[in-house]
Amino acid sequence: MNSTAIATHESYLSSGWNWWSWLSTLDHKRIGIMYTVSITLLFGIGGAAAAMIRLDLLTPHSQLVSIETYNKLFTVHGVIMVWFFLIPSIPATLGNFLLPMMIGARDLAFPRLNLLSWYLFVGGAVFTIYALLNGGADTGWTFYAPYSTTYTSSQVFAVATGVFIAGFSSILTGLNFVVTVHAMRAPGMTWFRLPLFIWSMYATSLILVLATPVLAMTLMLMVFERTFGIGVFDPALGGDPLLFQHLFWFYSHPAVYIMVVPAMGVASEIISCFTRNSVFGYRFMAFAILAIAAFGFLVWGHHMFVSGQSAYAGTVFSLLTFLVSVPSAIKVFNWTATLYKGQVSFEAPMLYALGFIGLFTIGGLTGLFLASLGLDVQLHDTYFVVAHFHYIMVGGAVMAFFGGIHFWWPKITGRMYPEGWARFSAILTFIGFNLTFFPQFIVGYLGMPRRYPEYAPEFQVWNVFSSAGASLLVFGYVLPLIYLLWSLRYGERALNNPWNAKGLEWETASPPPSENFHATPVVTEEAYAYARAESPHG
Amino acid sequence: MDSLPFFPDRASTIAGSIDNLYFAWLILSGVVALAVAVAIVWFAVRYRRGSAADRSLGDVAEHEKTMHHIEIVWTVVPLVLFLAMFFWSAKVYYRSVTVPKDALPIYVVAKQWMWHAEHPGGEREIDELHVPANRPVELLMTSQDVIHSLSIPGFRIKQDVLPGRYTTLSFTANRPGEYHLFCTQFCGASHSLMVGRVVVMEPAAFEGWLSAHANMPTMAARGAQRYRQLGCGGCHDAQATVRAPKLDGLFGRPVQLRDGRSVLADERFIRDAVLQPTQDVPAGYDANMPSFRGQISEEELLEIIEYVKSLSNAT
Repeated sequence: MNSTAIATHESYLSSGWNWWSWLSTLDHKRIGIMYTVSITLLFGIGGAAAAMIRLDLLTPHSQLVSIETYNKLFTVHGVIMVWFFLIPSIPATLGNFLLPMMIGARDLAFPRLNLLSWYLFVGGAVFTIYALLNGGADTGWTFYAPYSTTYTSSQVFAVATGVFIAGFSSILTGLNFVVTVHAMRAPGMTWFRLPLFIWSMYATSLILVLATPVLAMTLMLMVFERTFGIGVFDPALGGDPLLFQHLFWFYSHPAVYIMVVPAMGVASEIISCFTRNSVFGYRFMAFAILAIAAFGFLVWGHHMFVSGQSAYAGTVFSLLTFLVSVPSAIKVFNWTATLYKGQVSFEAPMLYALGFIGLFTIGGLTGLFLASLGLDVQLHDTYFVVAHFHYIMVGGAVMAFFGGIHFWWPKITGRMYPEGWARFSAILTFIGFNLTFFPQFIVGYLGMPRRYPEYAPEFQVWNVFSSAGASLLVFGYVLPLIYLLWSLRYGERALNNPWNAKGLEWETASPPPSENFHATPVVTEEAYAYARAESPHG
Repeated sequence: MDSLPFFPDRASTIAGSIDNLYFAWLILSGVVALAVAVAIVWFAVRYRRGSAADRSLGDVAEHEKTMHHIEIVWTVVPLVLFLAMFFWSAKVYYRSVTVPKDALPIYVVAKQWMWHAEHPGGEREIDELHVPANRPVELLMTSQDVIHSLSIPGFRIKQDVLPGRYTTLSFTANRPGEYHLFCTQFCGASHSLMVGRVVVMEPAAFEGWLSAHANMPTMAARGAQRYRQLGCGGCHDAQATVRAPKLDGLFGRPVQLRDGRSVLADERFIRDAVLQPTQDVPAGYDANMPSFRGQISEEELLEIIEYVKSLSNAT
């Protein structure tokens, strides 16, 4: 390990510090940082909306806000968190920063396109925030027609336009990643030497490129119907409202995998590093990632079991959903098996990764409840569904995102974060998360519908638990923001490879030079080639 | 807040089957989650960095073989379990969506933000639904505006209610009492206020409730009245001179269409025939019926359907 070269070397951070040097940068690392700053701000907005929602739900009658405001709050929360935080979270930040370095490349294949992606993303976000400041939308993030097209008088047009614009950022990022992985791998970096994080970025990129255009078309049709009265979805205009749901979920189900597949990649890197073991069943894990991405396109109808879709269609979608869950189940077993006979240590990234396994497992298992036709009828559109997808998208994706941020923080910033605080935050987040969302499974089976600011009094006790948990969760998310910012100035200087991890990104300086590597690295070993120590003190 | 409710009331014949599915998943997923948790904690403690645990893999080829077997086991076992659960849940589902022949029809029109129910005998209710115990009921539902969803958690049933078409929901309540009725598809500002109660009554009490409203015209009578007002009889009555299909005995029969298809004369067919008459033209007739779209409310359309049904029941 060339871990002696610390302190004052030329890095991507030191090459110009004025605004323009950032806003015009073509460096994937700087663009990754700009994404991180952007989505952190947006996470703040989406999180504030969530906090208001949880506060309001403390009582069965909506006392904090009016019901109209409540409807806008959950719409803000959903739209921002899905499209302006979760979708770009890992790919656009860690993916942007790490993908070229992990395959030994100097940058992405199309650096200018990459910068354009960021501008499109920010443009979409500005549009959406503008809409929020001008009254907001009240459709929920799902925009179901004909409510969205004919009935609501809220800012659907502006919000949809914002999401539409940001979608192009997704498509361009996906395209960039796919080409980069195909064309720019360093000598010796064969497909089956790729870290699983790269496999996950590759699979995610394929989904981004193939699914996002369908969302763009759907939103466009919705806006056409709303603005010009062209009948597509509204039966009064000769349209079919179920068509909207088919199109929407054809994108939005794969979109769940856009959020969680990258998380699987991050978890694989972290678990391997902190067990000093190769990821169990590497090839299987790579294929499983691709399989999940591919089959994820075939299960959208499981969002529509009670929609009026035919019972036979529902049956096929239920069966396919069970089949696609098998590779996800096996991944959990493989991560667990990676610990076996390893050298397990418990730095904060590992705690986040273990938390990810736990929460993802619960999220996945409860997904099986929902895939079961008869049972979904009871659970559909209740808090059970809300709890389930938060376990996947927040418990899974956000835990892994935080784990990844901590894991690569020394590489990105050249500083160590304070370990004690970080471990505390990881544990706090895990506990707070479960306290927030586990009660929602119970109140969901009781029948409490989602999107209800006014609810039956017998549901209150579970809502109080949930809101109490959310107040812990706030600290779990705010603490890292504070100590990570603190560490930028006061953190201990990081070694090039503070975790003694495998992977090309650890072979260059922390923070890396603008060109990533001074000489193109040559790969001579498999991913995760940790020397297995058979003795206790390896 | 003096009690911790875990399970909803169980007030329909399907509820027990749904609960069994739920319990089966709770046990299955509980076992899996626990197994994963125990394995993680066990490995994490035993193989913590610096522990004295033996980490040798023994004979590498032998080890690989064992691991391979383990992988097969943990692929096949979930697959088999998932398939079993799929078949079981599909079976319950098909039972829940199959409408018994003798089901009592009740018509529901959803609108922002109320549930409007009408019984064949003409009784109307808003945000309430009175049903007899131990008798199958079929709700024929449509929406006047956006998509709604009718959910009765105590019965474990739910179905979206769509504008422009009919969906059905059937159940047999088996425990007299009052239960929640929720709209579960977001439908606008007062979505969370689009709630009501389902009142399950002993059959005798239900008959009593019906007869308390006995002075109203039946749905079929109202439908007949509207049928005459709109001039439908000019073509469809037995003595009419213009060629149009007779309606006596039509409902529930297959209809041969001009383009060679054959469709069942059900509620959807009647609805489409009134609103989009040129879509399914019966064989031997011209497409000369005007559309009544915009001239007739959802409730009136249901009454006309009930009238057409009554013409079949009489013969």
